[in-house]
Amino acid sequence: MSSNKKYWKSVEELKENSPIVETLQQNEFVEEIPTDEFLGDKDSLESSSTSRRDFLKFVGFSTAAASLAACEGPVTKSIPYVVQPERIVPGVANYYATTIADGFDFSSVLVKTREGRPIKIENNKLASATSNANARVHASVLSLYDNQRVKRPMVNGEAVSWEEFDRGVSQKLNAVGGKQIVLLTQTFASPSTSKLIKEFSSKYNNVKHVTYDAVSENAVLDAFEAKFGYRAMPNYDFSKAETIVSVGADFLGDWQGGGFEAGYAKGRVPQEGKMSRHIQFESNMSLAGANADKRIAVSPSKQKAVLAALYGYVAGGASNKLSAELDDVVVKAKEQLRRAGSKAVVICGLQDVDAQLLTMAINEALGSEVMDTQNPKMSRQGNNKEVMALLSEMNSGNVGALLMAGVNPVYSLPNADEFKAALDNVDFKLSFAMKEDETAKLCDYVAAAPHYLESWGDIQITKNNVSLMQPTIKPLFDTRQFQEALLKWVGNDTSYYKYIKETWSGNLGGKSWEDALHDGSFDSSMPVETTEFAAAAPSASSSASRLLQNSGEGLELMLYTNTALGNGEQANNPWLQELPDPITRVSWDNYLTVSKADADRLELWNENVANGALDGCYVNVKVGDKTVKNVPVLIQPGQAKGSVGLALGYGKREAIQEEMQTGVNAYPLYQDFNNVQKVSIEKTGGRHEFACVQLHNTLMGRGDVVKETTLEIFNTKDKHVWNSVPEVSLNHEEVPVTSPEVDLWDEFDRTVGHHFNLSIDLNACTGCGACVIACHSENNVPVVGKSEVRRSRDMHWLRIDRYYSSEDTFAEDNEKKENFDGLGDSLSGFGELEEAAQENVQVVFQPVMCQHCNHAPCETVCPVAATSHGRQGQNHMAYNRCVGTRYCANNCPYKVRRFNWFLYNKNDEFDYHMNNDLGRMVLNPDVVVRSRGVMEKCSMCIQMTQKTILDAKREGREIKDGEFQTACSAACESGAMVFGDINDKESEVHELKQSDRMYHLLEHIGTKPNVFYHTKVRNTSEV
Amino acid sequence: MEKVNTRHSISRILLLLLVVLFSFSQNLIAQEEAASAEQEQSAEGGDQEAAVAATGGDAAAGKELFNSLCASCHKRYKRSTGPALNGVTDRRETDWLYRWIKNSQAMIAEGDPEAVAIYEEFNQTAMTPFPQLSNEDIDNILAYVEQPKPEPQAQAQIPGDGGKSSGSGVSNDIILGVLAFVLLLLIVVLVLVNKTLNRFATASGVELPVTEKRKPIWKAFVENQFLVLVTSVFLLLAGGYFAYGYLMQVGVDQGYQPVQPIHYSHRIHAGDNEIDCKYCHSSARVSKTSGIPSLNVCMNCHKSISEVADASNPNSSVTEEYSKEFYDGEIQKLYEATGWDPATQSYTGETKPVKWVRIHNLPDFAYFNHSQHVSVAGVACQECHGPVEEMEVMYQYSPLTMGWCINCHRETNVKMEGNEYYEKIHDELSKKYGVETLTAAQMGALECGKCHY
Repeated sequence: MSSNKKYWKSVEELKENSPIVETLQQNEFVEEIPTDEFLGDKDSLESSSTSRRDFLKFVGFSTAAASLAACEGPVTKSIPYVVQPERIVPGVANYYATTIADGFDFSSVLVKTREGRPIKIENNKLASATSNANARVHASVLSLYDNQRVKRPMVNGEAVSWEEFDRGVSQKLNAVGGKQIVLLTQTFASPSTSKLIKEFSSKYNNVKHVTYDAVSENAVLDAFEAKFGYRAMPNYDFSKAETIVSVGADFLGDWQGGGFEAGYAKGRVPQEGKMSRHIQFESNMSLAGANADKRIAVSPSKQKAVLAALYGYVAGGASNKLSAELDDVVVKAKEQLRRAGSKAVVICGLQDVDAQLLTMAINEALGSEVMDTQNPKMSRQGNNKEVMALLSEMNSGNVGALLMAGVNPVYSLPNADEFKAALDNVDFKLSFAMKEDETAKLCDYVAAAPHYLESWGDIQITKNNVSLMQPTIKPLFDTRQFQEALLKWVGNDTSYYKYIKETWSGNLGGKSWEDALHDGSFDSSMPVETTEFAAAAPSASSSASRLLQNSGEGLELMLYTNTALGNGEQANNPWLQELPDPITRVSWDNYLTVSKADADRLELWNENVANGALDGCYVNVKVGDKTVKNVPVLIQPGQAKGSVGLALGYGKREAIQEEMQTGVNAYPLYQDFNNVQKVSIEKTGGRHEFACVQLHNTLMGRGDVVKETTLEIFNTKDKHVWNSVPEVSLNHEEVPVTSPEVDLWDEFDRTVGHHFNLSIDLNACTGCGACVIACHSENNVPVVGKSEVRRSRDMHWLRIDRYYSSEDTFAEDNEKKENFDGLGDSLSGFGELEEAAQENVQVVFQPVMCQHCNHAPCETVCPVAATSHGRQGQNHMAYNRCVGTRYCANNCPYKVRRFNWFLYNKNDEFDYHMNNDLGRMVLNPDVVVRSRGVMEKCSMCIQMTQKTILDAKREGREIKDGEFQTACSAACESGAMVFGDINDKESEVHELKQSDRMYHLLEHIGTKPNVFYHTKVRNTSEV
Repeated sequence: MEKVNTRHSISRILLLLLVVLFSFSQNLIAQEEAASAEQEQSAEGGDQEAAVAATGGDAAAGKELFNSLCASCHKRYKRSTGPALNGVTDRRETDWLYRWIKNSQAMIAEGDPEAVAIYEEFNQTAMTPFPQLSNEDIDNILAYVEQPKPEPQAQAQIPGDGGKSSGSGVSNDIILGVLAFVLLLLIVVLVLVNKTLNRFATASGVELPVTEKRKPIWKAFVENQFLVLVTSVFLLLAGGYFAYGYLMQVGVDQGYQPVQPIHYSHRIHAGDNEIDCKYCHSSARVSKTSGIPSLNVCMNCHKSISEVADASNPNSSVTEEYSKEFYDGEIQKLYEATGWDPATQSYTGETKPVKWVRIHNLPDFAYFNHSQHVSVAGVACQECHGPVEEMEVMYQYSPLTMGWCINCHRETNVKMEGNEYYEKIHDELSKKYGVETLTAAQMGALECGKCHY
């Protein structure tokens, strides 16, 4: 590895932000080229002896000279190690198990490193707790190579050494006197850190530790504490569930730390005619709602009533004041809960202690096996009361030192302004930060914190399971993690690594330390501190009555975190910014989601402009005395009337690249850490330009793309009814398109060797987007930026199409469509379909990538044979052969080919990770970075299948099922994507291909794809 | 006619002159070589005789033993892992040496002060015991190590020779210069003679034969349209041929032989010393890259090999072009890069990674995996890299073009024996194609996506 030395040419360059250096860097010529002298003056221009001919001669000569000079190859240098580390073989990847714990995402992961640098995050299959790495976790590897990171410790804006820093800190801490020292940290969920903080507290008197979660789960923590005496969240294993009733809980998103997809998806695949039934009451259209069998759009205040009613029905007692319609739904839900018995579960996403208490009470009443309170989740520890208390302590000047780690309250606190003002009353402010963010800017001492891929740690994701965090790369910068610093400050000379090892020695659940580190986790637990609590359980019925006291009047705002940015921790990550939201399909933005009815009432609009891009109007959103101005509006089908939604985590302005400063900051509206707020909206002028990748709102009757049926039909009717193969006429007889005699092409023999197929189960796909990011990082897919996405030039090899539908089956849609007569009729007809869809929608997610057709339309039209078919089923794309005619993209029925309109690497116009040396470290060296003017597309991760084959050849063995993977199938925790060799008759994918639910996209055109789908089955059975 | 003759004779004389000059200078060099070789030989012989006389042992037998048992840690005149051995009989008693060599650890354990001192001096590195050696063997070894260092008498003569040879190099230039001058002079003289003769002729009234003015050939050519057509077609084709040839070699760097920061000779390592390619390029077995060896691999051997054998050694790798001093200097560069201090036999910790110039540059869009070819297919390195063991300076042997890859894939049979992976696929494919052996192409090695992704 080369050194991290900084080279400079002049002392001026050593000064940070020197204006001269800045100017010089930007200007190749220090002085302006005096073009005016000869261009501005007409006379001199005319008297110039250089004629147009001469000019052309010069141009011709220089072009010829340049092209001749280009013929000579550049000299490439290769610098080997002086001493090669034992485990590193250039060209061979090493994998390390580690754990992400950034205060929002907690997950046990596997990190792929090449030549000592992490390049990809994968799921850790050995972890005893399910890893469930979501899109953000997969993208976190790019945040390691963030150009905006704090590179060295700083005191009052000056870079210092750590020794100096330590001296300063201990001086300041000793000078605190009688005032408090407060540690304001993220949730670490780390027993060794807790122990360390205790040691720190005993060294310095008057230390207080406050845990703060930007996006709070305080209600459930309080409720759990009231019942069990310590702060945790009940865990849920949805694979056991037969009936799931969710009241406002987006449990497939970030609800209570997330990570429930895998279990949920298991229960969603119909097996022996059975699958779980999922009923969702919610206001915003969420991932969970999109996957639900029955989704009832109700505003947040009504959700409380629903919960209370549900409690009433299950436990008996309290009456309810629901409308008859809603009451009917609740009664039916109750019936289904009853019938499922211990396999039923109710969950709730309302930030209300009563609601959470009630939820636990209902589950207890049901005897639910799904809820686990013995091994609860520890990944949220924040205590809002203490945060608020800290604020008043700060204001009263009682806080002498405020040490912050992993938090950015100046950005994320609802009352950030107060906090900012209160900071002035604190004598000593220190922040451990990876970026010089809003908070770090106001601190005297900024400790450069490492990324989790450079740190040690022990993370108690659930109470009885500990995941280990280990560094996968030598720190890129002069950073030190919080725990390491604490050790120094309490005068402990051991490293944090040794400290963790000591903490857990003899308590590793029967594993050796090396094994535990290798696996990434072990089963063990630290006794958790319990607080004193009332022995008598809080009364649920009183909670229920308190819930009913809230009445919903006016517009309610539901704040949420979206799939891409979460709490905003990784806002400077271009992969995440460009990840389209699974529901709205908008990237690079947050926006106010409004129901169609409310939009009409308030005269809010969305419209598509000529090139197909989406525009919207702006509103000012006011909660109490806080106003967020110019929030773009997006009309969201399925949004509950009387409610609006807005994502947190956007609108960062400090330590973030200009391109990434997207959206508005919604945290000021997050009053009292409650995600539901009374809100007023005021329309303002202007037109917002969205970068939305999917335009149509409905399936418009194209039942062939998405096939969907109900569990009842699936169980009782023949396959032909709900998953028919299209038929064509041959000699006046209808034959299925799959029969060889109607095929225009001669079929090749594909029985020899491997033949890869990818199976995608629409029932199991929750739309989480992890596969999209995994694909990005595996295949060096470029980021193109908002304006290019808006022009439909996004480069995602894998997109997750979202289709809305209004009716339970598509039969009626189809019928309607068939009966359209003429253009006018069809226009108004489709309008009607869309209109209907706005009211109460159902959603289907469909991941679409290159279908690797055996009879590929793209291959036949390429004039230079740049795309051709391999016998293993993959549709190859030779970038170096492509001349960019784009015929193939034009002829592709699935629209999965992506054209490089520009050079996306080393190009200042696209200033994302591929434009700086640090960001380029994330590139996968086995996949070529494409250049301008060539077509690219999903390769079915041929580099991965080739590697698997090569490994087997080298070891002289056959390949077992499950060894073949693509980036997307490996990232898919829910099991929706299964990849493998269908010539291996034992393989899972072969079995899946024989399934009745199997179908190909647009089968009637006869492309014979190697990607197949499984018909979505919805459990619409009512009791 | 006579004039023509003279012209011929002049050119002949010139040629002769050249030949004489060249053969003369060649002779000079040959003589020098012979002389220096003789001197060296006599020096070597003299040394050996002297050694046998000085000690009781047989130095020749000792040399063999020394090379097989001791040389990995000891050198005669230089400190290595262990101390320099020349003069050891003066420093220690012979009995002490017998005991030490047979079992040094025992002596250290006993607490022999000398033994402990030397153990400490060499960083507590214990010497391998050699109980199998008889006292006589040890005498032989000692006889060999006590041979005095060959005095640089042979070398002392070399400067003189060197002076001469360099002088001859200069004289070559002078000869060429003189030759050119003579030529010029001759031409001038010729022209002058011709002029004078002409003048004489006109003066003496001799009528010079006047050649008849014929139609110039170019005019005739231009008038013959057919000829013009044929010629232009020919020129076009020839031009096209050469243009194609030129364009096709753009980006093909066959024969690329850059100067490397350290003159590493594959001839010495892979050729003379027969080190297996994969000893240094070990990642070729498992990885896509063959790997430029890290410097610690070099130091495995070069810790103890700090210089090459001089020309007097029959196994010496020194050539006329590259002297011992030159090679020793290159090894010194390695020491600088790794921060190895030969004096203390330890690393200073100051490293300067070597920036090799990459010779085989496959474009990014072509994926090539060494392990596939080396480990799976069992292709010898030389198939693509050429006679590396003969290369003093490494160069690109193969064109590395796609056509070259494809050809090999078409012609080469896949090595399937004993590889379980291939069993099933081989059965099926051989049935399909009706052949017993399968080429890489039949296995699908011509598909675009196998190398381009």
